Amino acid sequence: MIVAERKPMEEILQMIAPYKKVLLAGCATCVAICWTGGEKEVGILASQLRLARGKEGSKIDTVEATVERQCEKEMVEELRDKVKGVEAVLSLACGAGIQTLAEVFEDKPVFPAVNTTFLGSPEGEGVWLENCGACGDCFLDRTGGICPMVRCAKGILNGPCGGTRKGGKCEIDPDKDCGWVLIYRRLEKQGRLDLMRKYYPPKNFRAVKRPGKMKAIKA
Amino acid sequence: MNGEIIAFCCEHSAYAAADAAGKQGLHSPEKLRVIRVPCAGRVDIIHMLKALEEGAAAVLVLGCEDGLCQHLTGNVRAKERVKYSGMLLTEVGIDGGRVGMFNLAANAPHKFIKIVNEVNERIKERER
Repeated sequence: MIVAERKPMEEILQMIAPYKKVLLAGCATCVAICWTGGEKEVGILASQLRLARGKEGSKIDTVEATVERQCEKEMVEELRDKVKGVEAVLSLACGAGIQTLAEVFEDKPVFPAVNTTFLGSPEGEGVWLENCGACGDCFLDRTGGICPMVRCAKGILNGPCGGTRKGGKCEIDPDKDCGWVLIYRRLEKQGRLDLMRKYYPPKNFRAVKRPGKMKAIKA
Repeated sequence: MNGEIIAFCCEHSAYAAADAAGKQGLHSPEKLRVIRVPCAGRVDIIHMLKALEEGAAAVLVLGCEDGLCQHLTGNVRAKERVKYSGMLLTEVGIDGGRVGMFNLAANAPHKFIKIVNEVNERIKERER
């Protein structure tokens, strides 16, 4: 899932300073799961903005709406009536959602209330860990399902760097597990340590051109 | 809610204490508004923020003593939410102390009165 974090409040207040009526648009998918941009967070942020602006003496009128997935134009269209009545939109979705909203409603300023940070999954309650770099050239088949591009601080592809600390921690960041220790242990469990003896050539970073585009053929 | 102290009271503890205080004729602040909830854990962040938006002077959440919540962790969750609400208020330049969590038993009407009167005094101090 995509993980995002809410922007600092000063930054958000500065963005919407000139506007008196703003729509706060949430997304019920990834950002809702990481407690950043779902319906609940939209309500909380809207309340904070009303309190902050009320204190400044420049009241703000807020409209709240959350769609299932803000990266889908058909779903964003549902907001059309609400967008019509406001001066600007503050989106709590990930970058893909914010941009979809901005594209569908080109005549309205759309602002990001969050910073999209990484692709990851929950490690524990309230903790998400990055585990995919979207490199476009996945080789998780060789590493027991653990990505060294992201989990290794150096992003190296052919085993540990030799600097692994005691306890299997990273040389660069002692709070981080050495990605290659994790890979070794996983392959050991699966009886596939022979994979670590193979040499893999440098990654093809041209696999994904930016902006990435994929055309799916429906069966 | 102009200047009121909003007190969300768990019906198993604080509400019973507030009720007993009333029956015993103990004096509570004039602007106190008690709202009965099935558990302190029922109170969410948005309830506290909206109460302040509507003009409340303070929002209190009163629940069962530690380890005695009828719903097991309602009072623990409430405590975390009150703490977080305080942080959200501080973020927008509002005194985070305007929300507070308190624990008491059903048979503690004097404690209830002490809590709400102390909060009332702090509000008066702030207004001076």
